[in-house]
Parts: sequence; structure tokens; C-alpha cells
Amino acid sequence: MKVSVTVNGSAVAAEIADRTLLVHFLRDVAGLTATNVGCDTSSCGACTVLLDGQSVKSCTVLAAQADGRSVMTVEGLSSDPAEMHPVQRAFRAEHALQCGFCTPGMVMAAVSLLAENPDPTEEQVRSGLEGNLCRCTGYHNIVRAILAAARGDAE
Amino acid sequence: MSILGTRVVRTEDPRLLTTGGTYVDDLRVPELAGAARVTFVRSPIAHALISGVDSAAALDAPGVLAVLTAQDIDDLPPPPPDDGPGPEGSEAAPVPLGGPWAEPLLAAGRVRFVGEPVGIVLTDDSYQGEDAAELVSVDYAPLPAVVGTAVALETQTLLFPGTSSNVAVSVGPPADAATSDAFEGCDVVVARTIINQRLAPVPMEGRAVAARWADGKLTVWVSTQNAQIARFVLAGALGLDPAAIRVIAPDVGGGFGAKVGIDRDAIAVAWAAKRTGRALRWTETRSENLVGMTHGRAQQQAVTIGGTRDGRVLAYRMDIVQDTGAYPRMSGFLPALTSLMAAGPYDIPRVQTAFRVVVTNTTPISAYRGAGRPEATAAIERAMDLFSAEIGMDPAEVRRRNLLPPEAFPHTAPSGAVYDTGDYVAVLDKVLTAAGYRELRAEQARRRERGDVLQLGVGLASYVEITAADAANGETARLVVHGDGTATAYTGSSPHGQGHHTAWAMLVQAELGIPMDKVTVVHGDTDIIPEGVGTYASRSLQLGGVAVHMAALDVKEQARRVAADMIEASEADMELDADTGAWRVRGDPATSRTWADVASHAGPGGLVAAVQYTEGRPTFPFGSHLAVVEVDTETGKVRLVRHVTADDAGTVLNPLLAEGQRHGGIAQGVAQALLEEMVYDPDGNPLTGTLADYAAITAAELPSFELVDSETATDINPLGAKGIGEAGTIGAVPAVQNAVVDAVSYLGVQHIDMPATPARVWAAISEAGKRQ
Amino acid sequence: MIPAPFSYQRAWSVDEALDLAARRGDEARFLAGGHSLLPLMKLRLAVPEVLVDIGRLDELCYVREAGSDIVVGALTSHQELAQSSLLHRELPLLAQAASQVGDPQVRHRGTIGGSLAHADPAADLPAVIMALDATLVARGLSGTRQIGAGEFFRDMFESALEPGELLTEIRIPRPKAAGWSYVKFTNRGIDWAIAGVAVQGGRVALVNMGPRPLRAAAVERALADGAAPGQAAAHAADGTSPPDDLHADRAYREHLARVLVARALEEASSRAAGP
Repeated sequence: MKVSVTVNGSAVAAEIADRTLLVHFLRDVAGLTATNVGCDTSSCGACTVLLDGQSVKSCTVLAAQADGRSVMTVEGLSSDPAEMHPVQRAFRAEHALQCGFCTPGMVMAAVSLLAENPDPTEEQVRSGLEGNLCRCTGYHNIVRAILAAARGDAE
Repeated sequence: MSILGTRVVRTEDPRLLTTGGTYVDDLRVPELAGAARVTFVRSPIAHALISGVDSAAALDAPGVLAVLTAQDIDDLPPPPPDDGPGPEGSEAAPVPLGGPWAEPLLAAGRVRFVGEPVGIVLTDDSYQGEDAAELVSVDYAPLPAVVGTAVALETQTLLFPGTSSNVAVSVGPPADAATSDAFEGCDVVVARTIINQRLAPVPMEGRAVAARWADGKLTVWVSTQNAQIARFVLAGALGLDPAAIRVIAPDVGGGFGAKVGIDRDAIAVAWAAKRTGRALRWTETRSENLVGMTHGRAQQQAVTIGGTRDGRVLAYRMDIVQDTGAYPRMSGFLPALTSLMAAGPYDIPRVQTAFRVVVTNTTPISAYRGAGRPEATAAIERAMDLFSAEIGMDPAEVRRRNLLPPEAFPHTAPSGAVYDTGDYVAVLDKVLTAAGYRELRAEQARRRERGDVLQLGVGLASYVEITAADAANGETARLVVHGDGTATAYTGSSPHGQGHHTAWAMLVQAELGIPMDKVTVVHGDTDIIPEGVGTYASRSLQLGGVAVHMAALDVKEQARRVAADMIEASEADMELDADTGAWRVRGDPATSRTWADVASHAGPGGLVAAVQYTEGRPTFPFGSHLAVVEVDTETGKVRLVRHVTADDAGTVLNPLLAEGQRHGGIAQGVAQALLEEMVYDPDGNPLTGTLADYAAITAAELPSFELVDSETATDINPLGAKGIGEAGTIGAVPAVQNAVVDAVSYLGVQHIDMPATPARVWAAISEAGKRQ
Repeated sequence: MIPAPFSYQRAWSVDEALDLAARRGDEARFLAGGHSLLPLMKLRLAVPEVLVDIGRLDELCYVREAGSDIVVGALTSHQELAQSSLLHRELPLLAQAASQVGDPQVRHRGTIGGSLAHADPAADLPAVIMALDATLVARGLSGTRQIGAGEFFRDMFESALEPGELLTEIRIPRPKAAGWSYVKFTNRGIDWAIAGVAVQGGRVALVNMGPRPLRAAAVERALADGAAPGQAAAHAADGTSPPDDLHADRAYREHLARVLVARALEEASSRAAGP
């Protein structure tokens, strides 16, 4: 079937197998490989992107369900290291990433969390990250980064 | 003002945060254009004979290029013959046992664990691969499954027909009357069997490899912690000259010890690429990863601890049965390390250890963050608490009375390990003070008095651990200062999150005054860095970093000669301003030359220093952890409220990076204590085979950690640095486990095995209630 | 990891959805948020040949007052339920439970209709709508029918919906009794409930204490007879058949049910008493 998804502001149209997962559409058709696949039970959140502004696990969305809709990946947040989004800047400042594999999904989950709750408590940040696994950081600095971004520290 | 010891944000991050890392599955290099996809056919049964494999239906499926099985593997060198037991100590080498224990690339005639590969399907794309793999029909004739160490020891069923038992390695005398002499003079002797449960490493990126055979050369891109070791292993396995193999480690999404060298399944993919002449890619799914990537831990530990009523520990014995899974890939390496560190930071006069390694019909076991040392610390720390409870003394006080004093170093432990430097009482005191230990005990007492539902538990762990255990292998560095004044450091280390590019650039800036943003660090490509060891065993800073430092010193001396020559001054008069990177005659700024000037003058290749570095001795970081938990005594649910640590790994190069390693280590330790376990049913079926069932820890289960600083330099290397990568895990596991037991000890609970899930805690409370 | 091949069709109206499904009968499944169905399909535990995507049926996303009832469209997401000020005012039990489903990403996509139709006894919302005495409205080609919550859940993963029938609305009577509580007991925050309790007034429903969500009938009878929460809670496990699994055996679940019901009843009671 044919789908057209607006990805990071640009329309990406292609003929795809009906069962194509959105994450594979983003990686293989749109060529945006920052978003990663980390599991097969919708548990890890590495594939998190924004669909019409809300965080979703792109491994549990069919590309067909995103047809005609708008998706933002971390590359769309900013793909220019010199002009990073406050959340990206905060992640760097607070050492909130190590191997980087969970990071694109973690950043997008953080962006969505702050959009819905601009001034979260630490507890709200932690429960807001329940759907995003990280094995390297122990989450300590990720939580710091999100709270710093909320405060506008990275400005 | 040196940059060393300061918090420097990582140079790796801007790319990782924006366009993302390039992990194996992200590679879009021309060499892999048109690569076929690999899907494995894996055994769904734990132990069986294979009577037939029928690929006909699969071969007819869309996009299928080939289906390969063990029958097709006829071009590999034969495994080395089994000459009987190797030299003494070889059972402790992390090398697979050969001979009758040899592991095939693809199962031939028999499968020994759920997930063992039986075949490879090659397709145009991965969706087709999953469809086709389902169509490969394998006839299994089930055999009795051997699951768990007890069954492995008692059963008549042998996994390997050529052997006489399921015991692959046996070291040390069994416990008997003679060894009970060790406990003479002890007022109190406590014995307990403790389980250090099987875990899955779960790096966020699973195993992945791409391979291409062209023009007599095999190129392999693999998610690995050691490109050079991977090449060495591939050469041996495939019967190739190492010079005919190039291994590249792109960005690697976590390893934790499970990506050391190259995995068996990745070797199979490389073989298939050479066999078919087709470029191939394989990226495992998470379900595959949970049964196909090696697991960690899985020790049964019979511990006996004895001492005096006034708190002095006199004797400690550990009998370990190490479950190694279906194939002994690490021989006796892990329990040998456990035995080496058995006594921990304590001055215990009589220490005995013995271990046996058994095979079972489960996923093979290998290194996982700490690799044998978390097991050692968890055992001795549980034993210390059992001993404390038996004599009715505060566990902090018991530790204080038994910790090696600061004047004891260097200290040779009963196992032969030589601890370099340490101040164990100091870190214990730091943590007790930072945590407010007295007030915690007072709050605990108040809650017990009131009979609160939510009870407080305080758990301690004092530890010492061994880093760079393979220091003899050393590490390489090659540093080049180019004619334009920039520098490139080629390191044998292989970071997968540790931040070596930042840290090694800091070392170059500190020594040479070349700013970090002009220093490029390169790792992980055997064509560019043919010699190197890689990153595991928390070795990289004290070996790889020091190698970079030594190379910088070498470059500096070369530059001194060149600069002197340029200015026609004497070498003795030349100085380097490390803040500005300027060479000049001392006191004469007019003679100032830049690194670009000097490197150009040196010749077309600039200034080059190559170093192979080691002192040949491991280092021994140490620390104390204190965990505070709240236990709901009506449901058994545990909440980690606080976690306070002092982890001393000598001189800290970059506190930001060191803290990050501690945080990550603590989280994995807490996860073992409270949540994670790879569980098999008695037939060898994994019950935790997806991330929905395997309880990997999330941010919601953890507090922010409280880290206390402590830096006791080692005298072994010029940076004074030890390794920090695994220490957090080693200290956290027992601190949390002890805290849980401590919370409900007033109800009569003496021990709870990990993970301390609500059901387990509740069962312990119930049973203690029945006993009273 | 990847679903078996299927044919995707998209419906732009309820009638079209029913029509598309009817053509393929047993081979077709409706796709709402996809967070119950797609995970099963990715593990190939479900292999429908046709998916009828109803995710664009905006007319089924609403939370409204309708006389003495609150009515919720079946395609309302958990996030929308959790954020609804109407629900916070009138049906806080539903808002609270919805806010605990899965994680934020799941709540953005998962829908109440999808969750109820999936009929997982370990899910949050089935027990909640039983405690709320809800009526489910289903539409098929032969017309519309109303199914009481008590009859809607037949067995594990089996609802009363006929093949090709679409859940369109959930009708919930405004509760007469003010006390409510939702207590969900998990290992990790993200996990399915090991056991759970939903209370609205004198109605008590249990999560994961059997193949279907259950009313704790013996507890309700005790409460009606005037028993205090602690006494009534002693009956929490009566008539249940909780599973034995990795996280808990039967005896532990029965114990948890008693503890959680007692806590839920206490919490409901103090809410009823007011500030």
C-alpha cells in the first residue's frame, strides 16, 4: 500500500508492505536511523518518536496508521550539534547518555513529558520514563537533565 | 591548571544526541549495499536429538536465497584435539573448553538449550527472513532436560556423551572433616546456601554483525568490546590468516561483558558470508537476545563463616557450584575470580574456596558486569550480616572490626591476590556519616516500636574488587601530532559508552597543551589499530588511558628535540607551555613555536609515538555502599528509598564520567537484588524470554543516588588510576539485599534470596511467622 | 518481531468498519490504538489476515454527560480519560485507573474500547467498568445492543463481542456513592497488575484474580450487611481462581486480594467522608 507521512516537516511517500512498522519506515524508507529498535514487546521505548506531537512507541504503530500524519524524530528536534534543543543540550550538560542507543527515544519521551507537564517533580519524571529503558546511566543523570531542561538551565 | 580531574562534558554527545550513533544496523556503507539478511532458526526445545531438518518449504518462500545448516559447514578447521587437562590454572582462563565439550557453530545432531541455532536463513529483507525461518521444519527427539545445579550434579543424563559427568571443571578440595579444622576456635559458626541468580545482560543494542568476503578478505562489522580479539577468534574459527580479516567496531550500544570478542552466532554469520560470497547482515531481536546472548552469574554458594562472640571473623569457606549453561565457554574463569576475591576487604585468617562448573540445558553463561566479583562480594557481605545477627552485633561495627586497616597495604589476601592500596574503614565511615546511620537506626527502631506496616531496612556492603585482572595483556596507544597542529590518538581500548574519546583527549591536552577539540580519538578498526585488547574488566583507563599518557610523554620528548633543532637551542633549555601548547626557550617568548610548526618540522608524518603499556599488575578499587529500603510487611513490596556510596577507584580523571559509571553500576546491582532473574522451568523453557517478563529496572524503581568522593591513588601506574566500571554493581547488590533482610529481621527472617520480589519477601515473612 | 503478512484496510466511518469486517468474517480484526493487538501480532500469537483500522473514527472519541450517565466513546485514549476534567469530577475512579495503564506512550495510543475488547483480566479498565456498573454499547450489521459489564467479559481474552461487532460506547451511571479507590499492585511500575482492586461505593471488582475481572461478591455482601472494611476484606478471595505464575502463586494472590481490598475500602471510605 502507499503511505505518505510527514517526517520532521517533510513528506515521505512510499509503497510499502501493509505490515511495515513505523520504526522501520522511519529507518529504512525515510533514512533516519537515529531511532532504534530495542525490543519486540513494546517494553523498552528506544523507538519513541512524536506522532502528532505525542510520544509513541514507533515499533507498535504501523506506518499505515501514521499515513497522513506528522512524525518527529530526534533528528527533527535538531540534527545540528551547534543548535540543539534545550532537552538535547541538557542531556549533554548532565551526562545523561553513555552508549547512546536509548537516547533518541529517551529524548523524545522527555520532550513529550515536558510538553504535557512543564514543571514536573522528580517522581513525575521517573514515572514518566517508565516506558524507556536505559542500561548504562542508571537514570540518575537523565532525571537531572530533564529537570534542568524544565527549569531552563540549559539556556 | 590541568584539565585532569575536572568535569568535562563529552565530545561524543553532540552526534549521539542529534543524528544518532551508527550502530551495526545503522550502517549504510557501500560495501554492504545489497547485503542479504540473516535470520536464525533456533531450537524451541532445551535438550533433544535432531533427526532431520527440512528446508523445502522455506526455500520456496519469497525472498529466500539459501538455508544453511550444520551439514553445510564442511570448510572449517577441525577443533583442536582434547589433550586432557591443560596446565594448572588454565581452567581459570576465559576460553571455551574444547574436546568433548566443544560447541558447534550450528547444532549438529543435538541441541542443548532453547535458542541454540540450528540453521541460518538468508533473505533479501528481514521481514521475509522471519517468515521463512518459521517454515524450516526440524525433527526433534526430546531428551530429559537438565536444569539447575542440583539436577546437573545428580542426574544420569549427560549433556556431552564423551564425558563422565556434567561437571566440566572442578577446583579445590570438597568440604569435609579435615577442612572443618579451619573453624576451630570459633565461638560461632553460621552456614547458609545462597543463590546468586542467573541474569540477562540486556544491553539496549543486542548482538549485531555484518560481514562481507571480497578479494580474499573478510570484513566484519560487529557490536563488540574488542575488535582485535574478535579478529583473533574469527581467524581461529574460520581457519584464516588474521591479516585476511578486518574487524570494525562501529558505535556499540552497551556490552557489560557480554560482547567480549565475538559471539558464536556472529561467527556463523561471518562463515556464511565467506561461504556464499554474499554480504550479510544480522541484527537479533530482543527475544533472541534474551535466550541467545550469554547470561551472567548463576552461582550456588554454600558459605560458612565463623568467629568470636566479640565480632572477630576467623574463618570463611565458600563452595561454589557454577552453572555454566549448555557450553562451558568460560571454563572456570568466573568462579576462579569469585574465589580470588572471596575474602573481600577483610582480614580473615583462614579462607577456603572450592568450585565446580556444571553444564545444564540453558543459555551459556559468560561475563556480566563484575564477572565473578559481584558474586564474591554478595556472598561475603551476606555472610558478614548472618554472622552479625548471630552474635547480636551491629553489622557496621562487625565490619569495622574486620576490615583491613590502612597500614596493611600492599596486602596479600589468602587467595594470593595482592591488594595495592586501600582505606576501607575510611569509606565505611564516610558512607555511614553521609547516610546519617544513627538516625536511620533510630527511625527503624521507632517504626518497629509502633508496629508500622512500612518497615525500614538498612543494608551495608564493604567491598574490594580486582580491575585489569588481565593486566599482563596491557594496552596499546599510538599518538600522532600532525603538521597542522591537530592530534590523533589511536587506542586499543574500545568504548561502548564509557567516554574514552573525551577522556583520552583530556589526557593529550593535559600533557601537550593541544586543546581537546583538536584531538581526535580513533578505536575499533583492526586495519588501523592491529594490536589492542579492548574494553572489559574495568581496565581501560589504567591501561589504555595510561598508554595514551605515555605516548604523549614520548611525543613531548621528540618535540623537544625537534623544537630545539628548529631554534638551534639546547634541548635542556626548551620548555612546553602546557596551557597554550607553545614550545619556546625558557624565558624567551620570542622563540615561541606552535605544535604545527614543530610537527611540520619533524617530517611529513608529523610526530608519532607508539606504546604498548603495562605494569603487569591489576589494581583493587574498593568502597562501601549503604542502602535504605522500605518494606511493606503486609505485601512484601520493597521500595529503595536511598542509596549512598563511596566508590574509590584512585585518581579520578573526569568526575562526570566516573559518576556516570557508578550510577549505571548501582542500577544494575539494585536490579539484581530486587527485580531481575532469568527463570527456566524444569524442562528448560525460559519463562522470562521477553522484556515484558524479564524485569529490567526502570527509572521508577530507583531513587537518585548519593555519591561520596574518595580517591586513594594506586602506586601501580603514573595516573594513580584504578577501574570504576563495575564497582557500583559489586557494592550495590549486597547492600540492597542486606537492607531487605534487615527490614524484616525483627520478624525472624534471616535470609532472603535474590531477587527480593514481593512474593519472596512475603514468603519469608510468612515462614518466619510460622516458626515463631 | 514482525507480524505475519496481512491486508490493511482503513475505515472512515463506523458503517464502513462494520462492512469491511463483515466481508472477511473470522479473518478480520479491528485495529484501534493497536497496543493490545499489535504486540500479540508481533510475537505471532495472533495472525489475522485482515486488519480494519478504526483509528480515524474521531466520532468515537468523546467524554460527555448524557443525563444520568457519563458516556465515553470507545476510541477515547487512556491519556484523554486521565486528563478529562469531566471524569475527574464525576468518575475519578476511571480517570485514575486510566492514568496507570502502561506508560505514557501506551496511554497516548491505547483506547478504552481496545482495552475492554481485549478482555485481559490483568488489565486495569475491565475491573473498573465492572465496579462502575457500566453498560457497553456494541454495533454490528444487525444493529446496536447493550451489554452489561458483568456479562461483557466471558473468559480470558474473550469478550461478548461477536466477530465483526464493534464496541462504540461505554455508558456509566453517575455513581450514587462518593467513595472510590483504585489500588494496583505491581512488581515494577510498568508491569501488569499482580492483583488489583477497583471500588466505587459498595461495588468491588478485582483485577487478575481469575480468567475474567470479578466482582468480589462476598465482600460486597459483607459491606451491605454493615461490616467494617477490614472485616469485609477478609472475604476478598472468596470465589476467585487466581493464576499461579512467575510473579505470584495462588496463595499469595489470595493474600494480596485481602490486603488490597482492605486498603481500597479504607481509602474509599475516607474519600466518601470528604475533606
